[in-house]
Amino acid sequence: MTKEIEKAGITIVQMANLIPIAKTVGANRMVPTISIPYPLGDPSTPKEEQWKLRHHRVGVALDALATEIEEQTVFKVKI
Amino acid sequence: MKKAILYLNQFFGQIGGEELADHAPEIREGLVGPALELSKQLSGVAEVTHTIICGDNFMGSNQEEAIKTILGFLEGKEFDIFFAGPAFRAGRYGSACGNICKAVKEKFNVPVITSMNDENPGVEMFKKEMYIFEGGASAAAMRKDVMAMAQFGKKILTGEELLSAKEEGYYPRGERHQIWLNPPVSASDRGVDMLIKKLKGEAYTTELPIPKSDLVPIAPAIKDLSKATVAIATSGGIVPVGNPDRIQSASATKWGKYDVSEIDDLVKGEFMTIHAGFDPAAANADSDVIVPLDALRAYEKAGKIGKVHQYFYSTVGTGTTQGEAARMGREIAAELLADGVDAVILTST
Repeated sequence: MTKEIEKAGITIVQMANLIPIAKTVGANRMVPTISIPYPLGDPSTPKEEQWKLRHHRVGVALDALATEIEEQTVFKVKI
Repeated sequence: MKKAILYLNQFFGQIGGEELADHAPEIREGLVGPALELSKQLSGVAEVTHTIICGDNFMGSNQEEAIKTILGFLEGKEFDIFFAGPAFRAGRYGSACGNICKAVKEKFNVPVITSMNDENPGVEMFKKEMYIFEGGASAAAMRKDVMAMAQFGKKILTGEELLSAKEEGYYPRGERHQIWLNPPVSASDRGVDMLIKKLKGEAYTTELPIPKSDLVPIAPAIKDLSKATVAIATSGGIVPVGNPDRIQSASATKWGKYDVSEIDDLVKGEFMTIHAGFDPAAANADSDVIVPLDALRAYEKAGKIGKVHQYFYSTVGTGTTQGEAARMGREIAAELLADGVDAVILTST
């Protein structure tokens, strides 16, 4: 899906837990998430913490969309 | 006795060589050329009743007419299975076998079987849509290639258990089936066995080969995010409770788009996941963990992005074939372009 959307000329970032698979299937901009069932918020942590993590990683994804890249790139997250 | 029909080109149909490659399609009762061997190999289960012959160039340059004529020949004929070739390494013949098999399968819904060498471009073109047996490079392999097609045809016709593509000898179609192993060895045992072999430096065969990647050109960076419309898409199966589009929980062929223009947050009881590949508890309690609408709204309010797109797009990415995923991606991309969406965040699970 990511590839077909990018092929249409739309800038796209894939947020994925399995970065090696995202890379293999051909995503160009990638941001890691924390798990498969809850990519952006661990339910065993307080709501506030989940929000901080999600807000941070979506922010990284937005910055990735605004960043020129030369090759497949995994953007770094802080939390 | 079941009935089979075979398709051949002008050469194997004994019309002539290259100079007769414009030969228009014809159907003959009975057996021509390789049909003799095929009928012999099928004996006991089926017989070849007719042979269809068409010049490779005729099929190549008048494909629509050729297929229409041949489907016309087959109309009203009783047959349980359709064969074409073997085509060996002959590119035009391989393409013709693929085209006619595809058309026959679509129209008459019978099993279709052909055979080609792995260098034949017809393999890449059609392997996903039919059984193509791995054949020899030239007609020297005729007997062997016909036998492979016939034996598999017999298995289908008698309802025998069909094994994997590799075991049967045809090119994998990219289909997955659930099978019971004999003796039963659980996935965890098989995984650990592989790991031990890997650590020892021994050879092992993965059960999940990852196809080689084929990269798409990198789309340019968004110049000014604060003016951009950003959409969210997901393969995590987030849908409104009730799953109005009836997206499948696995091996999805459908996707949905959901209007969130009036919503800042995906709350429990309104949105959920229908993805069958993971524990849905967390996503059902708060779907923002997969479709981070709340966070994106915050960036919209803060002015970091221009606008959150009116819809988010969703399907399920477990057991979904690459072909289906690509088709759904294309369909979603067309909508995004039409709606003037500048950028997409796609979350996968």
